[in-house]
Amino acid sequence: MAVLLKRGRVVDPQVGLDTVADVIVRDGRIVEIGSDLTIPKGVTIECAEKVIVPGLVDIHTHLREPGFEYKEDVATGTRAAAHGGFTAVCAMPNTKPVCDTGSAVRFLTERARAVGLVRVHVIGACTAGQRGEALAEIGDMVAEGAVAFSDDGHGIVDSGMARLVMDYAKQFSTTVISHCEDSALVKKGVVNEGEVSTRLGLPGWPAAGEEVMVARDLALAELTGCRVHLAHLSTARSLELVREAKSRGLSVTCEVTPHHLFLDETALDGAYDTNLKMNPPLRTPADREALVAGLLDGTVDAIATDHAPHAPHEKALEFELAPFGTTGLETALPLVVTNLVTPGVLGWADLVRVMAIGPRAALGLPEMRLEPGAVADLTVIDPEARVEVSPALFESRSANSAFLGMQLLGRASEVLVEGRFALRNGKVVD
Amino acid sequence: MLSCRHIIDIEDLTADDIMSVLDAAESFKEVNERRIKKLPTLRGRTVINLFLEPSTRTRTSFEIAAKRLSADAINFSASTSATVKGESLADTAETLSAMACDLVVVRHKYAGAPRILAEHMDAHVINGGDGMHQHPTQALLDLFTMRERAGRLEGLTVAIVGDIVHSRVAGSLVPALRAVGATPIVVGPPTLMPARPEALGAEVAFSLDEVIGEIDVAYMLRVQMERAEGMPFPSIREYSRLFGMNEVRLARMPAGAFVMHPGPMNRGVEITAGVADSDRSVVLDQVNSGVAVRMAAMYLLLGGEPGGGAA
Repeated sequence: MAVLLKRGRVVDPQVGLDTVADVIVRDGRIVEIGSDLTIPKGVTIECAEKVIVPGLVDIHTHLREPGFEYKEDVATGTRAAAHGGFTAVCAMPNTKPVCDTGSAVRFLTERARAVGLVRVHVIGACTAGQRGEALAEIGDMVAEGAVAFSDDGHGIVDSGMARLVMDYAKQFSTTVISHCEDSALVKKGVVNEGEVSTRLGLPGWPAAGEEVMVARDLALAELTGCRVHLAHLSTARSLELVREAKSRGLSVTCEVTPHHLFLDETALDGAYDTNLKMNPPLRTPADREALVAGLLDGTVDAIATDHAPHAPHEKALEFELAPFGTTGLETALPLVVTNLVTPGVLGWADLVRVMAIGPRAALGLPEMRLEPGAVADLTVIDPEARVEVSPALFESRSANSAFLGMQLLGRASEVLVEGRFALRNGKVVD
Repeated sequence: MLSCRHIIDIEDLTADDIMSVLDAAESFKEVNERRIKKLPTLRGRTVINLFLEPSTRTRTSFEIAAKRLSADAINFSASTSATVKGESLADTAETLSAMACDLVVVRHKYAGAPRILAEHMDAHVINGGDGMHQHPTQALLDLFTMRERAGRLEGLTVAIVGDIVHSRVAGSLVPALRAVGATPIVVGPPTLMPARPEALGAEVAFSLDEVIGEIDVAYMLRVQMERAEGMPFPSIREYSRLFGMNEVRLARMPAGAFVMHPGPMNRGVEITAGVADSDRSVVLDQVNSGVAVRMAAMYLLLGGEPGGGAA
């Protein structure tokens, strides 16, 4: 099938492109980019006033399958991804059972092939059962296609264990994704330690609980030579540490989430809204501003959603008992467009850098370029489309969004994965 | 009438509301001194004491308060409630709401739980203590007792001493003191301080001896070992030496200054038996005032409604 995308603003800094053009996609590949193109037959999509970018990728997604299908599964999670403008997601391994063997990686890969609407890259666990005690079969998982390794959800507190993981993973040229949380410091913390924890009488999660592990993992990255990616950084100091490490040429990358970019602890009030309970917690306004600055100066490589669906009955609990996490796949792009691109803080090329190029480079995923011959994974963005964040918006099985009630402007209208529509005219295509 | 529908955070009350409660409590206190300690004020109204964390003193105080106002008072405690069967607090709230109760007093292990109840039911909610957050009626009865003993609230300097971080009593008392023009100072080791005590409106001191000569009230707190993770000080002996109220410190307090404690007391730890039983201690006055203040809170929340009647 051929698809002609007419008169869109085509933006891809990888090939130095930012121009209004037509794009022809045929047999899963981009075949031509130019002016006044036509196709004898196929689908023509009018893209005037829209922006065509390389397919967005979320490198931090909790698909919840197997084990927690009542929250999300591969089918609903990838529908949500397509709806949010993503052509690929990377699935975190904290499922039940934990994805810590080659056969578990194969299971998820096969599920994705059968029911996935977008690409699913599998992240395996670093340690068996994510218990931080013994290496998982990383080599076996690499052989089955795992793209990176993480004990996400838990920091590997034992420094010797963390070093062992990095030392071992290095032979496979893979990436270790660090969840920076020193549980000895964080303990039962649920909100940023400071004014809000004091006022609400909730256990504090101190910034230092993240920063000491960022510092340690940067030191271990240097010691081992392993490629290290730091997940969901939330504090100004964490970014300073990464900035310094990068300036010395260390092979480290990092991501920030939309909720840490666009919300801060001041959103928490006497209502104890558990949709605002996430790990790491919402930080101070100064931290939030530092994350935005990190996006601008290149310290931050990727925006990643940490899409963490939970069922209503789980979130409808006392704040200290409710699980951590907010969904994010379907709000990330609208939030970035509304809060950063439309006001002119970020350009479209910057958006491509932090939502398509940077995240793929961080995990060594194949590049997706807008050029003839390239695989046709691309996203069309309508910057004027209204998004009302309400439970009715979501394709995800869960609606535990920290952004409920917001009115946003800008969302994906089309998503093509290897030339096939996953999203068309804003609607998910099965 | 109060300006708020619930008493969950002490900040729900304006300074006028606080004074209304204290003034109403004066008249209820008089009732409590009669031989027949009963008013028809809340006849036909249903008050549920939902105590999902062990409590004897507070639950009893609320129960007596409700009964003296002729309300039907029903106690739910952790061992008899549905919560141990896995029911969520929201469902418990809706269940109680369906039984058409008028007021729920809730004590809960976790901060914010009273807000969940309030969102899921039509009844008024009084927070009887939620996690490490607040315990507003304790603050009100403390203000009542201070006013009774000192003759004023404005201008008082009150040292709240000990385990501040785990104390919902401090969580309510500090803003309450601020609201009435008193000066709260929180005193304790840094290991028992919240991250930002000044966010509550308190001054901070790490040395009791530095402030002892300048305070009107020493408000001693129990160390809540059950909430602490690990030992927050080397020994009880050292804690007691640094932060305990004893006869030597009592003698250094200004004349007329007095000692309070929300109970239960650990004699020999934060307070010596000699101080606890001295005429400078108002601990039992606090307990006594507690019933009157809770009667006032219930009356003012419910009394303004049809069928509420008057005192």
